Amino acid sequence: MLNKAMILAAEEPSPVLPHVGEMILGLVAFLILVWVLWKYAVPRFEKLYEERAAKIEGGIEKAEKAQAEAEQALEQYKAQLAEARSEAAKIRDDARLEAETIKAELRTEAEQEASRIVAQGEAQLQQQRAQLVAELRADLGRNSVALASRIVGESLEDEARRRGTVDRFLAELDAGADGAGARN
Amino acid sequence: MGALVSAAGGEFNPPGAGSFNLPPLFGEGTFVTKPMVLVVLSAVIIAAFFLLATRKLSVVPGKFQFAAESVYDFGRNNIAREQIGSQDFRPFIPLILGLFTFVLVNNIFGIIPVVQFPTFSHIGFPLALSLLVVYPVYHIVGMRRHGVGGYLKNQLLPAGVPKPIYLLLTPIEFFQKFLMNPITLAIRVFAAMFAGHLILMVFAMGGEYLLLEAGGVLKAGSAVAFAFAIVLTFVEALIQVIQAYVFAVLSAGYIGAALAADH
Repeated sequence: MLNKAMILAAEEPSPVLPHVGEMILGLVAFLILVWVLWKYAVPRFEKLYEERAAKIEGGIEKAEKAQAEAEQALEQYKAQLAEARSEAAKIRDDARLEAETIKAELRTEAEQEASRIVAQGEAQLQQQRAQLVAELRADLGRNSVALASRIVGESLEDEARRRGTVDRFLAELDAGADGAGARN
Repeated sequence: MGALVSAAGGEFNPPGAGSFNLPPLFGEGTFVTKPMVLVVLSAVIIAAFFLLATRKLSVVPGKFQFAAESVYDFGRNNIAREQIGSQDFRPFIPLILGLFTFVLVNNIFGIIPVVQFPTFSHIGFPLALSLLVVYPVYHIVGMRRHGVGGYLKNQLLPAGVPKPIYLLLTPIEFFQKFLMNPITLAIRVFAAMFAGHLILMVFAMGGEYLLLEAGGVLKAGSAVAFAFAIVLTFVEALIQVIQAYVFAVLSAGYIGAALAADH
């Protein structure tokens, strides 16, 4: 057995001596593999990496752009809002001012109207009073004459005399009333 | 396999370097072996993975695309860009990504059930990558960038060193950069895979031998052996990923150093 093992060992090549066939085969296999990697795998991967980098950069750029746009829109809205607010305040002020003016106008108008109405009424009153007085005066004269003629039984034909008598009577009446008023 | 047969004879024949020499797959006299099939398979798997994942790339990735992108990003940003610098790394992405995934898949083969053989435990494969790919690439890009004289000066006479030191430093730099780099790069991953696979075989076969051949109490020892085999499988997974990462990082680092204006 021992002899057999020794013979085997002697026949076997040392493990540190390369087998030329294996070297050539390994080299060829490896070179073909590297060629496949060089020709297909690596360029595809590198292209993918470039695409990915471009996509990411593009995405970042897009996002930045969108953000800038959003900020711009926000600024615009803020400006618009401020403008609208100031406009609203202005409109409110204007309305208040207008209301004041209208109120003042209405008041003066109403006052004028009132005073006009009052003046008109007073004038009408005066006029009616004067009319009444004149009517009363005429009635009184007529009644007095009628009364007097009934009492005296004579017709006072003469117009002038009659007028003079009546006037004198009235003047006496006035005087008597004045005198009575003074006495009182 | 030979170890198993002899184990059946009642004597434990531990797995050794010979266990890595698998017979041809299609019988005696044919050429194709398991690691050869695996190395081709790994290239096919990785190429198919990236071709399928990149067939329809979208800016917002799906699950499969996300997975492929993660691998690609790792190779591109964490390895190539870190080591070579953001100025120059782009042309080297396919190479670095290829190195990382190629070594990774071939290493992971070591713990995939049924497959269970880390291709890079055959030194020919890592040596092909380091000696025939990485080594010429970093010297050529360095010479293209700085001219042959400028490149050699950059590499062998680093700036900011007192002149007499060059007597000592220049031979060391030459030895390291022009002789040892490709070999250490290959041996690092080869040794890790070789040793890891050997350890797993020892525990698995030892456990099997104890279970089948040992008597009485010793049979229970097989449970311990199998438990260790499982635990070490996880450790091995970690090492396999780290080795793939280290291989790619160092390759990118060599390229970066060759391109750098001042070493």
